[in-house]
Amino acid sequence: MKAINRRQAFALGGGFVMLTLMPMAADAEVTGDAAKWIEKFTGGKQAVKGKISLDLPEIAENGNTVPLSLTVESPMTADSYVKEVMILADGNPNAGVATLMFTPLSGKAEASIRIRLATTQNVVAVAKMSDGSLFTEQKTVKVTIGGCGG
Amino acid sequence: MAEKPRLKLPKEATKGEIIQIKTLVSHVMESGQRKDAQGKPIPRKIINKFTCEFNGKPVFSCVLEPAISANPYIQFDARIDEAGTFKFAWTDDDGSVITAEEKIALKA
Repeated sequence: MKAINRRQAFALGGGFVMLTLMPMAADAEVTGDAAKWIEKFTGGKQAVKGKISLDLPEIAENGNTVPLSLTVESPMTADSYVKEVMILADGNPNAGVATLMFTPLSGKAEASIRIRLATTQNVVAVAKMSDGSLFTEQKTVKVTIGGCGG
Repeated sequence: MAEKPRLKLPKEATKGEIIQIKTLVSHVMESGQRKDAQGKPIPRKIINKFTCEFNGKPVFSCVLEPAISANPYIQFDARIDEAGTFKFAWTDDDGSVITAEEKIALKA
């Protein structure tokens, strides 16, 4: 077997850098289908990070039922409340998970649901307030067994 | 499918209190992604919408996608300003609606 020359060694090293950088890139930006969902939801406006606390397990053993709890900071009065929260999973065959619609009668912008996750991926929540401002939060969940059949 | 949805909420509350409501309904939530033994895709059949009203006013609702687990569990809150009735409705892909009602009184 031929020893690797300098050029090949560089290519290998570059590959490694790409591999290690990839998960970070995925964390910073929502990919593909999910981005389209967000754009449709926000109307192209930029959502600011914050206000939402997203509670998900770090590692989900079973992707079929992953508990998700979400709280959005808001006084929930008739003048200022959380209107809608969209939840997305960017690694599922279909990025949409649920859209929650609150009213001042909800008292608290808080909800829990159980979701399916196909693979290890980011779960993103985007909240739309009654004054039109947008907030977002995301979390990565490691999934041991996928939840979309096959 | 005719199984009764399970609801958990207090029977009475003080005025202005925020109560927690837990709901669970039995449903396969077939995602449309799975294939049967012959390799044919199993058609999608999910609860696509859930709504909760209190005395005719909307409290909470959500649009659900196939990424919701089977037997969808939904937990949310509601502020009680008066005694009344909660109405819950789960809408299936085939158009059928599962409904439930629960009364709540004000603490004296």
